[in-house]
Amino acid sequence: MSDSASLDVVAKPRPLHSLSRRDAAVTESRPVRIVLIALTLLFLGAFLVVPLAAVFEMAFSKGVVYYLGALADPDAVSAIRLTLLVAAISVPLNVVFGLAASWAIAKFEFRGKSLLMTLIDLPFSVSPVIAGLVYALMFGAQGWLGPWLEAHDIQLIFAVPGIVMATVFVTFPFVARELIPLMQAQGSEEEEAARVLGASGWQMFSRVTLPNVKWGLLYGVILCNARAMGEFGAVSVVSGHIRGQTNTMPLHVEILYNEYNFAAAFAVASLLALLALVTLGLKLLAERKLTQVRVETVQTV
Amino acid sequence: MSTPTLPHRPQASAAAPSRRPAWRFRKPNALPGFGLTLGFTVAYLSLIVLIPLAALFLNAATLDWPHFVRAVSSPRVLASYRLTFGAAAIAALVNALFGFLVAWVLVRYTFPFKRVVDALVDLPFALPTSVAGISLAAVYSANGWLGQWLVPLGIQVAFTRLGVVVALTFIGLPFVVRTVQPVLEEFEREQEEAAACLGASRWLTFRRILLPALAPALLTGFSLAFARGLGEYGSVIFIAGNVPMKSEITSLLIITKLEQFDTAGATALAVVMLLASFGLLLLINLLQWWWQRRHSNTAIQGRAPSARGVGLIVETESADER
Repeated sequence: MSDSASLDVVAKPRPLHSLSRRDAAVTESRPVRIVLIALTLLFLGAFLVVPLAAVFEMAFSKGVVYYLGALADPDAVSAIRLTLLVAAISVPLNVVFGLAASWAIAKFEFRGKSLLMTLIDLPFSVSPVIAGLVYALMFGAQGWLGPWLEAHDIQLIFAVPGIVMATVFVTFPFVARELIPLMQAQGSEEEEAARVLGASGWQMFSRVTLPNVKWGLLYGVILCNARAMGEFGAVSVVSGHIRGQTNTMPLHVEILYNEYNFAAAFAVASLLALLALVTLGLKLLAERKLTQVRVETVQTV
Repeated sequence: MSTPTLPHRPQASAAAPSRRPAWRFRKPNALPGFGLTLGFTVAYLSLIVLIPLAALFLNAATLDWPHFVRAVSSPRVLASYRLTFGAAAIAALVNALFGFLVAWVLVRYTFPFKRVVDALVDLPFALPTSVAGISLAAVYSANGWLGQWLVPLGIQVAFTRLGVVVALTFIGLPFVVRTVQPVLEEFEREQEEAAACLGASRWLTFRRILLPALAPALLTGFSLAFARGLGEYGSVIFIAGNVPMKSEITSLLIITKLEQFDTAGATALAVVMLLASFGLLLLINLLQWWWQRRHSNTAIQGRAPSARGVGLIVETESADER
């Protein structure tokens, strides 16, 4: 922008906050701009801000005491605990997978690589209900492995393992798809240098690769975690909705809502909305750091 | 992209070309861990994704054909297709229009709190769908914040088909914004300046210069929003009313059939929906490929947009990009 501006034949210093004639030719008139901005804010306000604000308004509709009481309810506490547990299992699993997949894909050239990447993205194009259904079909009472599992007294569906598996499925690609392009952009010169200097495989990974990709990794983890904690459709199919046992927070919200206990439903929902806001904030931070990393990568290459 | 080529390697292979095998699984590389990481990746992928999905299709294959056809074409199922595909298409259209506007305003204009507004666009990705569902149902009910104005006007949103469209619009909003935004950011203003110099009005420039360049991104965003809408469940069921034949979406019907122990019916429906979304993704890729070939001279503006920051999307363009 600056070098093209220097080509300008504007003799007078132009006043701040007003467009030069050159810029005016490629933007809209002021009234049009104001109308478009207003229209955008109105649309986003009605579709995003109003529902978000409504969650908190409804949550506190019966006062702070009721709100805290709804969250301290044993069923709510157990739902919160289960949600945290499921995220604590499925997120690390997908982090390990994401690191392994991105290492193999970004640092090596091999046959069938693009097919592998397509398959990694596959879970995003499977609707959540169907993701839950495939596990119910495999491990459910009428499923393929159902009779065998029953004979050995192992319950996967309508139990915590089923919820974890469905969550792992829907959050499968998040970490990998953030890391692959980042590692590809960074190349492997630094790792090779580390090897030449005598670093072991693990030293190279923990001292060179991991610090290089940490913001991309954080970005993937944030998204993965948000989805893991908030997943509804897939978990709903395999959970069995047993109160206090196999109810995650989103499912608990549904149960309370269907019992017309709106204030309590929105109280639990407000925690999830808070999680969403924290996610957006952290995501912004990680994005900013990632842009810096990218700029540095471009400069050094 | 940097395959390490040590200085001596080209000469070595040139000196002994006969020893190079004709087919090689991977290019030689000095870094360790290929076998371990690829092995783990393939094993984990098979266990979590491929085997369960294959089981679904194998399960469907065991159904006899007349039974399958009956299961996927009963009047109630057909009504659910109409609602699901129709509402997803309308919602994606609304999003194409307003998502384009949002992307345009965010890239081209400045206004207070622009960064906050930009970050807020991702809210539908971060907000759990059940929270979105109950909140939308509350907002649009007769005494809700928006419902109290709409219902007296005769516009019933909650517990109608319109409610399904509203929920899917909410869910699909970020797709169009996040696919159009990066392409618009990289668009070279020089083209617009040239058009202005040649006497084109702003509107003509928009139609003839900007819109063709942004069309592939817009189409991708539309398709992604549409595909997401087809499978959406959580946000819709709270606001839809779920009356069979009227306001029941296909995802809900799959769950209903499963709960009635009609596993075969649920499987058959799931296969139809999966094939629909896979087919859609294939179509998007073909369209983009065709578009790129046709407009190869405008390759930079017209390239498949990379929806970075979208995160939760079905990325279809990745194949072309990589």
